[in-house]
Amino acid sequence: MAVVASPTSLESAPRIMKLVAECSRSRARAGELRLPHGPVATPVFMPVGTQATMKGITAEQLDALGCRICLGNTYHLGLRPGPELIQKARGLHGFMNWPHNLLTDSGGFQMVSLVSLSEVTEEGVRFRSPYDGDETLLSPERSVEIQNALGSDIIMQLDDVVSSTVTGPRVEEAMYRSIRWLDRCIAAHQRPDKQNLFAIIQGGLDADLRATCLEEMTKRDVPGFAIGGLSGGESKGQFWRMVALSTSRLPKDKPRYLMGVGYATDLVVCVALGCDMFDCVFPTRTARFGSALVPTGNLQLKKKQYEKDFRPIDPECACPTCQKHSRAFLHTLLHSDNTAALHHLTVHNIAYQLRLMSAVRASIVEKRFPDFVRDFMGTMYGDPTLCPSWATEALASVGITLG
Amino acid sequence: MQPKDLEERLRMKLSLTKVVNGCRLGKIKNLGKTGDCTMDIPGCLLYTKTGSAPHLTHHTLHKIHGVPAMAQLTLSSLAEHHEVLAEYKEGVGKFIGMPESLLYCSLHDPVSPCPAGYVTNKSVSVWGVGGRVEMTASKFMAIQQALQPDWFQCLSDGEATCDEATSIKRARKSVDRSLLFLDNCLKLQEESEVLQKSMIIGVIEGGDVMEERLRSARETAKRPVGGFLLDGFQGTPTTLETRLHLLSSVTAELPEHKPRLICGVSQPDEVLECIERGVDLFESFFPYQATERGCALTFSFDYQPIPEETLLQQNGTQEEVNYVDQTKKSKTTSCNQEMTSFEINLKEKKYQEDFDPLVRGCRCYCCKNHTRAYLHHLLVTNELLAGVLLMMHNFEHYFGFFQAIREALKSDRLAQLKELIHRQAS
Repeated sequence: MAVVASPTSLESAPRIMKLVAECSRSRARAGELRLPHGPVATPVFMPVGTQATMKGITAEQLDALGCRICLGNTYHLGLRPGPELIQKARGLHGFMNWPHNLLTDSGGFQMVSLVSLSEVTEEGVRFRSPYDGDETLLSPERSVEIQNALGSDIIMQLDDVVSSTVTGPRVEEAMYRSIRWLDRCIAAHQRPDKQNLFAIIQGGLDADLRATCLEEMTKRDVPGFAIGGLSGGESKGQFWRMVALSTSRLPKDKPRYLMGVGYATDLVVCVALGCDMFDCVFPTRTARFGSALVPTGNLQLKKKQYEKDFRPIDPECACPTCQKHSRAFLHTLLHSDNTAALHHLTVHNIAYQLRLMSAVRASIVEKRFPDFVRDFMGTMYGDPTLCPSWATEALASVGITLG
Repeated sequence: MQPKDLEERLRMKLSLTKVVNGCRLGKIKNLGKTGDCTMDIPGCLLYTKTGSAPHLTHHTLHKIHGVPAMAQLTLSSLAEHHEVLAEYKEGVGKFIGMPESLLYCSLHDPVSPCPAGYVTNKSVSVWGVGGRVEMTASKFMAIQQALQPDWFQCLSDGEATCDEATSIKRARKSVDRSLLFLDNCLKLQEESEVLQKSMIIGVIEGGDVMEERLRSARETAKRPVGGFLLDGFQGTPTTLETRLHLLSSVTAELPEHKPRLICGVSQPDEVLECIERGVDLFESFFPYQATERGCALTFSFDYQPIPEETLLQQNGTQEEVNYVDQTKKSKTTSCNQEMTSFEINLKEKKYQEDFDPLVRGCRCYCCKNHTRAYLHHLLVTNELLAGVLLMMHNFEHYFGFFQAIREALKSDRLAQLKELIHRQAS
């Protein structure tokens, strides 16, 4: 791939991704990220710990589950407790006492999720704080400044994010702006030796716009690329096509981070399409609603059917929850006001996601990924042929047939 | 003469190392289903909600040093699940994932006392999430059969102290009813194979009427119970004070070789007062209440600090502990309790940039890994982890306090510890 150094890029960015194996049929890859706080095996699922905490589980518990990278959020942390305090605490790692890797999102997604509180201009995003009504301007420079103070191992550019259900000129505007903001982020980044700045490909659901974004952004020699603007309200058919388009144009020797993807089926399909990194609030959030993830879907443990079910959530699962507790006990505890119930499920759901990624990786390394996919779909849907049509199409597009 | 020698049957043995100024120091041996567990007295029981330490999984609970050998379960949280437990068959200890722990089942939750007026001659009610569960002696024993705890509080009438002024009539009724319940339950226990290994704890009632309290103590002591629960001494700090006299008189009537538990008393100063009046075991809900108001226990129980440390303490923890802002009341939870002078409120702005641990020198997971500033952040942002970390610290701190009591008793220094605690009480 010819790299054209843009005026705002620095010397060659570090190659943080080492490819260990590639699927000979699909675009699936197994690799290893070399990051300041240790290596991370890919494909990887990164749990989301928005406000410097993994929602009720300790850093030690998260480490014991095998997690080596998780997320923090610039928008939230920038407001509370603020970058100055975190810097005094020796960065986000020091503040939350997390010894492994951290990835911080730039605050871009909040533009969509908190759209009623935000206003976008070329300068940046103006947010009205829900806590005290104060206004803050999150510019590319400010976002990078905050992330530099946080000290996360991977930082994200500030992108102009539009909901995937938006159509029209706004999508194009956002795409071009994201490129300009990428350049501003690169210029503002004070610690390229310690923190890896990723670009975020935008362009909505428009293939041309996305292709343009890919062409431009890949001219910038950043350590990694994220695929953004998806995992909103779009149809799955449109979703996978944009992912596939993106991975076909992204460099092979750099990690591909698909933002906001977390359902098991989506993870498996998108690995097949060539993605390496994923994040999603789903597994941890659904845990707090009493839902446990299993290979066949999920168990809504608050339901009466689990009242006398003395089996563990998943007999194959090695997590502390499954080792010690039955569905019946968790059902009972979920109906009490003891928060321990939520923590048991959070632990299990994170274990489930990490175990899934581990299994996916092993199958790629052992050259049996397509079989793994068929088995996975069979378990999840009863029969590989019963898997949703979008997934069937997506897999077929990269040479994996089901049933 | 006891109808069936309980000790022989159960092999439980309470041996006193020493008794000093009314305080009993010793061990209870041969406890549990296998008969090889030991408990120290004075001591406390691990407080649980619906069979789990609040906020804590097995993993985080086991990071705490000094977790008591016996956990307290509440019938109020478990009674409504007795069908499930009956079908499970293997007992509540295994069901909740604590098969190695000794278990004591109390009637009520000390933190959320239930509405009064529901005790009859034939039944007592507890309140679960699903509402009221009314229990006759038969139903009560059937539930205990499903639970199979090591010890359980007998069905009792604890409402003599509910009204402002206890009438003698009401006090008498509480004693009569409780004795009747006790005799019924003992009879039912004889008929139950499964409950042979469980011990009934007799409940001393009688309100604030000395005569009735003495009667309750003497009569209950005649029955083959495994120990005694001193009920009705809880309340506001002033009510306990006025009842302390009653407490001494009651324990004087009880046999030496059986444990004395008290319910509803958990604050450090009150614990010491009760130990001096012959109480052995306490509930550990006070650390939980502190946790719920976003507070960390910081009171010192180091009655013989080494000289260099005294200076450090004066600049840090000690200073805060002595400062009590009477006008500032932290937001209370359903616990309905105000912050005490034994704790600091981490929601206060002054902790925002405080990078010290909760208590300097504390070995707990929270103090070894996190700062006051981090806890402050977690509380301000309403994060679940705040409860987890505070509970870990507060339990460890509290269990450390009990260890200090035992050590002080052993080395005849309880007066110093008592003075230290009282200096810190508001």
